[in-house]
Amino acid sequence: MDSVLIPKGVERCSIGKFALFIAVVGAVLLWGVVAMLLIYIKGLNQTNMNNAYGFALWIWADLAVIALGGGAFFTGLLRYIIGKDELKHIINYAVLIGFVCYSSALLILAIDVGQPLRAWFIFWHANVHSMLTEVAFCLTCYFGVLTIEYLPMVFENRQIDRVPFFHHLGHNMHATMAIFAATGAFLSFFHQGSLGGVTGVMFGRPFGYRTGLLIWPWTFFLYTWSAAAVGPCFTIFITRITEAVTRKKLVKDNVVDLLAKIAGWMLLTYIIAKIIDTWYWAAVTAPAAGFTLMDFYSNNPGSAYGLWILIAEIGLCGVVPAIMLVTPNIRRRPAALFVAVTLAVIGACLNRWVMVLQVQAVPVLSFETWFTYFPSWQEIATTILPVAYGIILIALSYRYLPIFPQEQELNPIEGGK
Amino acid sequence: MDQPNFKKFGMVIDLDKCTGCGACMVACMAENNVAFREDETDKMLSISWMRIYRLTNGKAFPNSEECFLPRPCQQCEGHHGHSPCVSVCPATATDYDMKTGIVSQIPTRCFGCRYCMASCPYHVRQFNWWDPVWPEGMERSLNPNVSVRMRGIVEKCCFCFHRYQAAMDQAYVEGRRDLEEHEYQTACTQACPAGAIVFGDLNNPGHAVHQLAQPDPDREGRPRNPKAFRLLERLGTNPKVYYLTGRDWVRKAGDNEVKKS
Repeated sequence: MDSVLIPKGVERCSIGKFALFIAVVGAVLLWGVVAMLLIYIKGLNQTNMNNAYGFALWIWADLAVIALGGGAFFTGLLRYIIGKDELKHIINYAVLIGFVCYSSALLILAIDVGQPLRAWFIFWHANVHSMLTEVAFCLTCYFGVLTIEYLPMVFENRQIDRVPFFHHLGHNMHATMAIFAATGAFLSFFHQGSLGGVTGVMFGRPFGYRTGLLIWPWTFFLYTWSAAAVGPCFTIFITRITEAVTRKKLVKDNVVDLLAKIAGWMLLTYIIAKIIDTWYWAAVTAPAAGFTLMDFYSNNPGSAYGLWILIAEIGLCGVVPAIMLVTPNIRRRPAALFVAVTLAVIGACLNRWVMVLQVQAVPVLSFETWFTYFPSWQEIATTILPVAYGIILIALSYRYLPIFPQEQELNPIEGGK
Repeated sequence: MDQPNFKKFGMVIDLDKCTGCGACMVACMAENNVAFREDETDKMLSISWMRIYRLTNGKAFPNSEECFLPRPCQQCEGHHGHSPCVSVCPATATDYDMKTGIVSQIPTRCFGCRYCMASCPYHVRQFNWWDPVWPEGMERSLNPNVSVRMRGIVEKCCFCFHRYQAAMDQAYVEGRRDLEEHEYQTACTQACPAGAIVFGDLNNPGHAVHQLAQPDPDREGRPRNPKAFRLLERLGTNPKVYYLTGRDWVRKAGDNEVKKS
């Protein structure tokens, strides 16, 4: 029925099967939309946030998806600026994943603010000292860049490509893509960094506060670095899941191996920097504010923020995947590679989690106790909403656009089409 | 900023006088049209610009002691006006006024990102999780000088700034450019039956707050009075609320200290 829209030379499942898949994911999406409407109509009292937890699940989700979406800018930088030509076979997917991540982040932000109709104040009454202002400007601009990078893929749809205007527009956009890749890398450096700065500048919160270089706390650089490291890991992670779902090999091993190797070295250098940062914070910065490391990790009910979380983030989900990825014999085994990128993704999510949630949980006044929080169903549903949206956009893009340039070669159709 | 004409309004609260009666909290809510709900069980969702903490020395009877600590906004100056909340607000909805030393909050500018709440270590910034609903007839008793706040924005104590504006208006009408100490006093100060709260200009040696706290301008306002302390001094928030006590354990509770083993 929709065969005229499907790229030439590739096979797709039946429209019925596809529609069923979209319907199931769409039901989840609808659940999220209901929760979103409830929040818009009734307000943030629908959440379990409170005056101690001004930042909660949504801000974590924002920071996490932006870090994971870092594969788009870093792969673009490697492909167009540094000249790693093999990566042209995975750049489309990296851009699509980045587009999904950033549009999700903007959606979550739009739900998160108490007065959404005033959200434009962040641009109109901008406070240049605020890290959030920098985030808003760079994030919005970079989403524009990602849209520009994604559009040529849409124009490559068989039917759209038949229109001369779109054909030429797409072709010319491809030709100038290096400029957008460079712009994207520049903007990403600042917004990834300023997201790190959001917590790093909070000198009233010793768990998150970091010293730094000029106006930028060390977390500024660590966030950019970690996004460049785990972004490609997430691209590989989603690629592997897509391959499993479609039961097809979509990207050649040498392409994935190159990206994994670079991500591994980025992760290894990042985790060394992170260990140094943690040591300096525990030995110098926090004691200057009257805290020892264990003040941040002990005496909390149920040990929700016990020392295990630091060990899991830096050791299990930092050092371990970094070593796995830089070791050729390990990363070339598909199962080991999948474990390594999964751990790296979890590590970045854990890092963002503690830098948002644990900052709020730790008591600062000596006569206060640990604060607890568990998200409401509305918060959970609206956090899952962008995941469902992402799955649908990826499914539609995969079905109707030539996202994987090597798909045809890796999956020849008997007799051709 | 310590220019001679610039004020630095601050507060000194004598913890040895405070009985924890809560009159300051009630006066503050009435003066500033602070909204409340029928069910205020969950205090983490309540709005109270002035909150009273109950501190104990952790010892068993007969050595147990307690202390009530009223906590308004600490009006932090930070370094050169970069208080924890002001520097982070993306929409300039809060501001450090160099002429008075008061950290303002502009309800109509705030769009509810709550970054300031996350940054404030004192939890003085609170969110309007609901629209205000007043019991029937009570809307007629609202203070006309203070706008009520809507759902989805942050609010906090501003040292009854509207009283400062009214006092300055009166002074201008009378051809003066300055205020007497008694002309600008916060609602909580006036309501305290024990006289535990003293308010005034920390830059003015004639004001009681200056004499009680004895702020050292060379050390970012640290008190020279050995009985005075500020909450979380080590963080560098440079607050303008000072606490007085003769009890060591209370002074120690005001800040965190790395215990030497």
